[in-house]
Formats: sequence, C-alpha cells, structure tokens
Amino acid sequence: MKKYLAVMLTVAMTFALAGCGASGESAEDEKSEGVMTYAEYVAADLDMEVVVETYVQAKQSWWDDKATVYTQDKDGAYFLYDMACSEEDYEKLTPGTKIKVTGYKAEWSGEVEIIDATFEIEDGSYVAEALDVTDLLGSDDLINHQNEFVSFKDMTVEDSGDGAAFLYSWDGSGSDGDDLYFNVSSNGQTYTFTVESYLCDNTTEVYNTVKNLKVGDTVDMEGFLYWYEGVNPHITSVTVK
Amino acid sequence: MKNRKQKRLLSLLAMCISAVLLIGCHGSKGLAEFQIPEEFDTSRDYEITFWAKNDTNKTQTAIYEQAIADFEKVYPNIQVNMRLYTNYGDIYNDVITNISTGTTPNVCITYPDHIATYLTGANVVVPLDNLFANEKYGLGGSEILFDGVTQDEVIGQFLEECAIDGQHYAIPFMRSTEACYVNKTYVEALGYTLPETLTWDFVWEVSEAAMAMDGDGNYVVNGQNILIPFIYKSTDNMMIQMLKQKDAGYSTDAGDILLFNDTTKELLYTIAEHGKSKAFSTFKISSYPANFLNAGQCIFAVDSTAGATWMGSDAPLIDISEDKVVQFETEVMMVPQFDTENPRMISQGPSICVFNKADSQEVLASWLFAQYLLTNDVQIAYSGTEGYIPVTSKAQNAEEYVDYLSRSGEDNTEHYEVKIQASRLMLDNIDHTFVTPVFNGSASLRDAAGQLIETTVKSVRRGESVDEAYMEKLYGDVTSLYRLDQGSAATAGKADLGPLPETAKILLTVLAVVWILILAYVIREAVRKRKRVG
Repeated sequence: MKKYLAVMLTVAMTFALAGCGASGESAEDEKSEGVMTYAEYVAADLDMEVVVETYVQAKQSWWDDKATVYTQDKDGAYFLYDMACSEEDYEKLTPGTKIKVTGYKAEWSGEVEIIDATFEIEDGSYVAEALDVTDLLGSDDLINHQNEFVSFKDMTVEDSGDGAAFLYSWDGSGSDGDDLYFNVSSNGQTYTFTVESYLCDNTTEVYNTVKNLKVGDTVDMEGFLYWYEGVNPHITSVTVK
Repeated sequence: MKNRKQKRLLSLLAMCISAVLLIGCHGSKGLAEFQIPEEFDTSRDYEITFWAKNDTNKTQTAIYEQAIADFEKVYPNIQVNMRLYTNYGDIYNDVITNISTGTTPNVCITYPDHIATYLTGANVVVPLDNLFANEKYGLGGSEILFDGVTQDEVIGQFLEECAIDGQHYAIPFMRSTEACYVNKTYVEALGYTLPETLTWDFVWEVSEAAMAMDGDGNYVVNGQNILIPFIYKSTDNMMIQMLKQKDAGYSTDAGDILLFNDTTKELLYTIAEHGKSKAFSTFKISSYPANFLNAGQCIFAVDSTAGATWMGSDAPLIDISEDKVVQFETEVMMVPQFDTENPRMISQGPSICVFNKADSQEVLASWLFAQYLLTNDVQIAYSGTEGYIPVTSKAQNAEEYVDYLSRSGEDNTEHYEVKIQASRLMLDNIDHTFVTPVFNGSASLRDAAGQLIETTVKSVRRGESVDEAYMEKLYGDVTSLYRLDQGSAATAGKADLGPLPETAKILLTVLAVVWILILAYVIREAVRKRKRVG
C-alpha cells in the first residue's frame, strides 16, 4: 500500500510540476478577453489604442513615474516607452513578469512602440530565448523581429573611427557612462550596435567588455533588436571568442 | 547617431527638485557669501571641475579640451577637469543632486532657467556683478593673464539674459535661435514661391497642399508613402514664440503664469487642425525634423540654428542611410511669423555659471576659467561648430570670424552653407530676439507650454475631439502635471518652509537677547556720559 501511495504521489507531483512548468512557460500563451494577439497588434494602425499581454524581458529606465521596458510574448516583442509606472511597481517588473498593457501604438524613427501606456501585473511568466538573427542581417525579414531578444554569432569587430573598436556616443564626443557605439560585420556588411547606457550602464559586464574590444575580435552577442533609422540593436552581452 | 534621451530628461520636474533643495537648505549651514580676494594666490595649486555640454559633436569636445590646455598654460597652477554631457537635462539633474551634498562643479554650462532653481539654495551660485567690475580680475581686469574681454564687449542683450532679479548669475557662452529649414524644391514644385519672411498661414497652407496623394498611395510631391510637411523640434519654443508674436500672455517677470489664456486656445485649435490631417507633427511624436527633411519627407523643419549641421542634402552630420538622402535646395529662414513687420524669435544657447565654494581663491580660479571661455579663440572656434554665434562683439568683429562667414558654401564641412546661413540669421536679427522671464519654476512653465501642443496633436491623431471641454481639461491636466497650481511657479522658491527648527529659534532668541543687552549697555553709557558732562 505504501509503495502504491508513493508511486501515486510521485506521479501526482510530476504532473503538478509539469503543470507549473506549462503555466510558467505560458505554453499556450492564451490572451485574455479584449487583448490583442501579436498579429492583431502588428496589423493595428499607428495612433490606435492597443491592449496586449506580454512579458517583461528587461528594463531600460525609470524616471518621473515613467518606465521604459523591453517585453515579449511567444509571438513577438513590444517596446514600452515611458509607460506610467510608480517606482514601487517598477521594482516588480522583473524578467518574466506578465503584464497587461493598454496604450497607443506609435512609431519613432522606425521604432514601433507602445506609448502613453498603463499596465497591470498578471499571473504568468515567460523569458524568451535569444533568437539567432545573424543570417537575417541586411534582409527585409529582420524587421519582423523588431524589439525581440536576439543573438548574433561570429561577427567581427570593425574600426569605429581612427582605429577605435568603440566610441563613447555616436561620434566619440561622449565620455565614460555614455552610450557605446561599435561596428561589427558579418558577410562583408558592417552594422552599428549600441550598448544603451540606461539599459546597461558602465558598471555592467557588457559595457566593460565592449570597452576592451579590439578591432578584429570575433564576438557573439545578445540584445534587443531596437530600431533607429534602421536596425540598431541594444546589446546586453558580448562574448569574445 | 542621435538618440531620444533628451526627450526623457526634458521631463524633469523642477518643482520636485526645488523641494529637494529646500529640504537640503534646512539641514545644512550653507556657504558664506563669496568675497573677492584682494589678490589671486598663485603660490597655490587649484583643481577645478568644469561640467560642459556638447551637441553630440566631437569637434566641440576637442575645442573644450583645447581651451582647457591653453588656459592651463596661462595659469599652470590651475588644473581644469572636464566632465562632458550631451544634454542640459543631465547637467541640471546632476547639479541639483550635488548641491545637496556640497559637491557642485566649479564652472558649469547651463541655462538661466536652471540657475533660477539652483538659487533656491543659499549662496550656491556666485553673483557675478562685483566680479565683472573688479579692477584686477573682472572683465578686462588689469591682472588677467590672457586677452580677455571687457564688459562692453559682451553683447549687452545676451548678458542681460543672464540676470535674475537684477543680478547676473552667469555669462553667456554661445547664442542661437530657431530657424525653419525649408525644402525650397518641394515648395516650388507645389506651385508656391517662398516669401521673404515665412508666415504661419503660408506654412500651414503649403503643408496641407503637400498632403495630396496619387493613386498608388504615395504623396505627389515626393513620390513616397511618408511625408510630414511641417515638423517642429521644440514645441515649447513654438508656443512661446507664437504667443510673443501675438503679444499674448505667457508669464510676468515676477513669475505669474499667463499661459492658459484664450490666445493659447486659438493657437491650439489651429495646431489641432493640422495635427489631425498629419500635415504637422513634432519631434517627440515622430522624430528629428532633420531625418525627415533629408529623406525628402518634410518641407518645413524647425530646429535650432545650433542643429544646422544636420540639415540639408549635403549636411556634414547625417543620421539616415545615404541611400535615403534626397537632393533638394535648402533655404534657411526665420521661424514663421504672424506679423512680418515685427518678427520675433527666441534667443537661446548655453551660459556659464560659477559655483560658490568655501575657498574664495578656488572661486576666483573658477571665474578666471569662465572668463577664458569668452576669449576669441574659444568663441570663434566653438561658434563655427554649429549655427551658433559668438557672444562678444570682439569675436564677432574679428577678422578671422568675418572671413569665416564670408566663405559660406566653400565646402560642406567647416563652411557648410546651411550652417553659416543659420548663424547669419541670428546675427542679422539680434534685435528681434527675446527671452522669457526667468524665475524659480520657469523651466516647468516652459515644459507646460510644449506639453499643450504635444498633447493636443496626440489627441487629434487618436481621433479625440478637440473642443472647449477638451481645452478645459487640457489646461487643468497640464497645470496639475507641472504643479503650476501650487501658487505661482515663481513663489515656489519662496514657499512656506514650515515652522523654524528649534536650533534656529534658540539662535534667534540668543541674538535678540544679545542685541537687547548691547542696547542697554549703550543707553547706560550714554546716560553716564551725560551725567559726567553735566
């Protein structure tokens, strides 16, 4: 009897854990009533009110009761710019946190985002795996992954100007603590990537890794596929090979 | 490549910051008023900090570095450590934070609006009038070791912009205004001829005409599916200048708020009309006017003359890919006017303030460096980096500067035509420039002026009705957002600080008792003397 009970308990626990996993990973990622799917969000016109359920992937900044957050569900990403958020709630927005966001779809320099938004925290959790988009660089398909957590493999660090492997600010006019700009190439094409200092400041590993890059280094990178007049990824990790 | 950080930082709430300063003042003794030393002690070494701002422009950084190196050659006992910023909001924020900890920089690039907030703390910023006039170390002083400027050589109007309540707390560093960078090619393609001076009516009319589309969903004028004919970078300036041109209220010199008036409402109705048709947008809503202008997706781009190097098909600084740049003729014009006979445009640009320290010799060293930034070498070099103009007649009249202006269009770098035209626009219209009153809270009022436009345009784009009820709510919301309803903004600095701390009460009581005793002693002595005389 004891053996039977033990087996039953084990089976029950296994199912329970699997259930937790399914909920935590939001396998189905079903949307609540009145909430758009990612496809509906993409189809929505600019300036339209949008309601989405999404998961926090990273936080860029909080200021003056406004938060800027990178979020993503299983189908695509949503960049939340200056969303109404108390400092207390900002602390709750840890990676994976599910939130329901109501705001307006907007576009700023090619970056499609949700602005003037409010949010509420819901049950559920999802942290996206980085999608390798190296082969999509330079293609029209890349924009379909805008704002997603992505990775780039085996790219080569190029001269950012005067032999430097990176610049403080876009033209080198900045100083330590400012955004870092660096050029990397793949398949003969060069792209400018950024370490956004609000997202990863000068105390972070990625900021200091980029400061130590050398022209010619081969690197793997992860980050968010931000847009500014073209692709301008906000890099969160760099591994020198 | 520029970014949007300034958008976030411009939303600082000065009123909150004032509160922080006021709290800070209660808890600290503060510095004594600065007294000018008789002599500058050159036997000592000084290390001063300079917080500078550049327009994400590498050349400007290099000019600051050169100025510091040159200054240190003249004064080898003064070491200047520079900290660079790329926007005024960050400097403002950091100064406020450092006032409460007593770690302000020595010299700082700033705006008078911001200084008005710094002044909430006692003796934080050095009043400069006595320094200006000081025979040895003042402007043109006998002991200055470089070719400085006299007070008369600083353009009077720009110097006055640095005065708060009749006292100068800064010296001007550079001046600029706003310009309308026009795609003349498209204006003419639409069948219009640019007038000598742009009017608002002309700009609205051409902008609406440009919205005509062909059967393929492209705009006829540019053959593209993107066009925002009129984009304004700084909507606070837009509202301020419109009100000034209409001689309507904004604020009094004393800080009473007049912004929420009927003229403002009329202007917002007009702006709403063109925001709804999407013939008009703003930097905050769409992006940099320069990016759209250079891509042939904007006809009237209003931005600072200090942003001229980004404007036009051949701009030396560009933020869009080369394949997106469209060739067109750029005309640099005054911002649109209501009365072309009496044009009005904003005067803006960085100023320099000196922070007070316990060591008056250190303050004097700081003042010497601040003055050095007015020398011809610095003024002429820095003004050439953008459509700035020097703030001294000495630099403006210098052969080198006159030569620089005369070579407009010789190349697309140092002598980029649009940039030099932008400088000329300011030089030719100094008498038509104005500034808004500066008081504690004026920075918030400025933000509020821009917010009225931003909110209205967003609303109409989202299909909301803009009517009297909307306006009433908008005025209320913006007043509340910028805390303009907590007495006048001007009185924020004079806010009731609550009951005096116990220590202050004791000190005042002791002082009163001492005065009574002194008075009693004096009276007693006088009586005795009279008795002796009698």
